[in-house]
Amino acid sequence: MDERTEAFLAHVQAGGLVETGDWMPDEYRARLTKFVEMHANSELMGVLPERDWILRAPTLQRKLALTAKIQDEVGHAQLLYRVVEDLGKPRDACLDDLIAGRSKFHNVFHYPTRTWGDVGVIAWLVDAAAIISQKALLKCSYAPYGRIMRKICWEESFHILHGRDVILTLVTGTDAQRELVQEALDRWWEPLQMFHGNPIPADRDPMVHWRIKSQANEDARQQFLEGYVPQVWELGLTLPDPKLRRTDEGVWDYTEPDWDKLMAVVSGHGPASAERLAFRGLSRAEVDWVSRTVLAEAA
Amino acid sequence: MIYEVFRREREGAAMQHAGSIAAPDGRFAEVYAREQYGRRGESEALWLVPRESIDEIAEFVDEFDLKYRRVDGYSIKERLKEARAAAENATRLRDAFSAGDQNP
Repeated sequence: MDERTEAFLAHVQAGGLVETGDWMPDEYRARLTKFVEMHANSELMGVLPERDWILRAPTLQRKLALTAKIQDEVGHAQLLYRVVEDLGKPRDACLDDLIAGRSKFHNVFHYPTRTWGDVGVIAWLVDAAAIISQKALLKCSYAPYGRIMRKICWEESFHILHGRDVILTLVTGTDAQRELVQEALDRWWEPLQMFHGNPIPADRDPMVHWRIKSQANEDARQQFLEGYVPQVWELGLTLPDPKLRRTDEGVWDYTEPDWDKLMAVVSGHGPASAERLAFRGLSRAEVDWVSRTVLAEAA
Repeated sequence: MIYEVFRREREGAAMQHAGSIAAPDGRFAEVYAREQYGRRGESEALWLVPRESIDEIAEFVDEFDLKYRRVDGYSIKERLKEARAAAENATRLRDAFSAGDQNP
């Protein structure tokens, strides 16, 4: 490692921050770009499972709230792609790579949404899991990313409330409605357990090394379990893991997820991966004339 | 084109940098900025500035050691300790002197 890189590493490890125009080592730029790009991809792909339910939302109020959430998520994607662009990768290149399967997006967006119960579980628990990771990113050594995260976390907090409201309505409704939530929860629990990734110790995680991330994967998962399992149980709902329990030391035991399966899902072999990417490709092609017209007119 | 967006959160507050948006021209920039930074009533006003028209100054070299302009340029604590010690000493001497006057 050359002297300049060593000084940079010491700076970020001591809590120092980096701005867009600052010099940064190639490895830092490459890891950061890939990380923020995956985050942006996830926001963009994350609206597709919810979009499926705009036309089928049970009330006008729910339809409007869901549409507003989707607008928020697309807005997050735009903000994050801006961060990526300032790091040197144009948005078009990001979208090309996403559609061609050369870049990744979060595991939870590779699954189908079968019922309105899924919409509640996603807005409540997927967003809750996401906000834990996102809050930890407020302290990212790359300051422009941390600043954008403040706005994103603020908006995500509405989504969790919207999700909880959907769930509370269903669990206090008919038996069939309650069953809808339980069935959705049974399907979503495995992807949720995988959400924070396999437990890499913080001292061996290169993302922690460069202080792009400041939280170990397992710490994020434990925080999620600690915060949300009791909230699920208090509604009389169950979770499909017989080993799930809080030990006397305050650590949660759970059945180890199949990490090979997670790798397969995020590399495009999830139950809905192909369909989602095809749809993203289709909508990009369909609106291409709009961007061409707008850019031609502005030029 | 890249526009830097500044927002005022409430009346009387300073404009603060909010983020940036990419837009083909000023009209689109306005629409995007309204949606991105104002749709929940979280801003009272927005400024849009083309990034290329911003002049940045990011280096401040203190060539002449101008610390007398700053609060941390004055080490009051040590000086005050010295001054108090001196005052105490003076009082003690004066007391001793006037005591001597009464009992020659």
